[in-house]
Amino acid sequence: MADSEARFVVARLERLGRASVALVEEFGYYLALCIECLYWLACGALRRQPVRLSATVQQMVDIGLASLPIIFMLSFAIGVMLAIQGIHTLKQFGAQEQVVLGIALSVTREFGPLMTGIVVAGRSGSSLAARIGTMNINQEIDALRVMGINPVRYLVAPVMVAMLLMMPLMALFADFAALFGGAMFCKLELGLSYRAFWDQTVHFIRVDDIMQGLAKSAVFALVVALVGVSHGFSVAGGAEGLGRATTRAVVLSISYIVLADMLFTYFLNR
Amino acid sequence: MSMPAIEVRALVTHYGPRLILDEVDFEVAQGEIMVIMGGSGSGKSTLLRHLLGLNTPTRGAIRLLGQDITTASPDQMHALRRNMGVSFQGGALFGSMTVLENVMLPLREHTRLDEQTMAIMARMKLEVVSLGGLGHLMPAQLSGGMVKRAALARAIVMDPRLLFFDEPSAGLDPVVSAELDELILKLRDSMRMSIVVVTHELESAFKIADRITVLDHGKILLTGGVDEVRNSRNERVQDLLHRRPRREEIDADAYLHRLTGG
Repeated sequence: MADSEARFVVARLERLGRASVALVEEFGYYLALCIECLYWLACGALRRQPVRLSATVQQMVDIGLASLPIIFMLSFAIGVMLAIQGIHTLKQFGAQEQVVLGIALSVTREFGPLMTGIVVAGRSGSSLAARIGTMNINQEIDALRVMGINPVRYLVAPVMVAMLLMMPLMALFADFAALFGGAMFCKLELGLSYRAFWDQTVHFIRVDDIMQGLAKSAVFALVVALVGVSHGFSVAGGAEGLGRATTRAVVLSISYIVLADMLFTYFLNR
Repeated sequence: MSMPAIEVRALVTHYGPRLILDEVDFEVAQGEIMVIMGGSGSGKSTLLRHLLGLNTPTRGAIRLLGQDITTASPDQMHALRRNMGVSFQGGALFGSMTVLENVMLPLREHTRLDEQTMAIMARMKLEVVSLGGLGHLMPAQLSGGMVKRAALARAIVMDPRLLFFDEPSAGLDPVVSAELDELILKLRDSMRMSIVVVTHELESAFKIADRITVLDHGKILLTGGVDEVRNSRNERVQDLLHRRPRREEIDADAYLHRLTGG
């Protein structure tokens, strides 16, 4: 009995050890990708292998412009929901006019960047993993290598730059959309004019609040790009492997975004 | 005697504990077509990946145009890659680019030519592979044979000295396959390229090869001319040539061990 219990414990410890090593490997790979991207961005032109501006602009359009309608819709809805919940809660204390403060702070610090991160992870993160994974299966990545074209420079660096530029801008857009949703509901429910809503918002929020949201969205951009790209490069096993990698990329991106958000919030609001 | 274009010496490769290539030695002369033949799992695709610098061997040396790629720096490899062209089994054309853009890509990355000159050079190569006027099509609009020819146009657009083919006849009908064989011969004769072809298609191999290397279980069974291979007395070579199934000796104990998973 004691022998089987010992074997069980050893097996559990072994699994835990393997999982820990895999996690360290994964984060090590992300770090290596980041460093290689930085290297190509800094030294690519000197080596006559620059990161292409046209590819970066194309990625900015794909990641940013195409996501705007869905980000607007979801952020607007979040703004309305925050207004509904806020008014409902504050009404019990007769302080429903204070709802603007809650909406303004929670949108700029939390929901704008978070919603943007989740939408981009679902939309661009999955398509990134699928695109690079398909290229991997079709030997297009090998073809790039044998042509002397570094895949990180050619495929990853433009995505990384585009994500880092577009995600904060989209988070700002999401902030405005959510505030607009909140303002609309407050006008209907409390008779608060748009002008009054805007004045109170500007009065309550500080530059720090907006910067906090933008910093978060830059981190989320890195998460989505690194997780999507690394899962695309690791695709093996044909269409089934591609499906698995794409799903895992989205699930992991969203999980890391939420965890990173929690850590950010904890450390920045102590 | 001139330096060989490709020289492989004592190449050994493992995937984990499995030995994939075992002391592989051969060379390819300049302007020669070397066909690497072998059954499934013989190690020929792995050998090709090593020749292309995509995999790193456990030990041994691979010299391409005199440069040992197992010890070359990234800059040396980059310079060497300008002299290498590869036609992958499935073509590996980039689906988001037109055929012309695919062919122009190596020029864009390795030269400072203007767009118009690059386009003219790419169209010239498309003419060589009989795809003239089809540069505007997307890869998805091409047939299997056309994809392979477009991939070949991309492989030769830099006028490389070394050209590699991975299963050029795979998935093609006999007529298209024969056309591709003719094209490979034409490239050797007109451009004096050294060409390595990995295939298991016997007819194609005998038609284009100057010499053939036969691989089996990661070992070279034989390297020689077409007649030498045809008349070889090696049993495994004859099995391969006559498509005879492998005769496996059954070790009863090992078999039982495998079944019980012990």
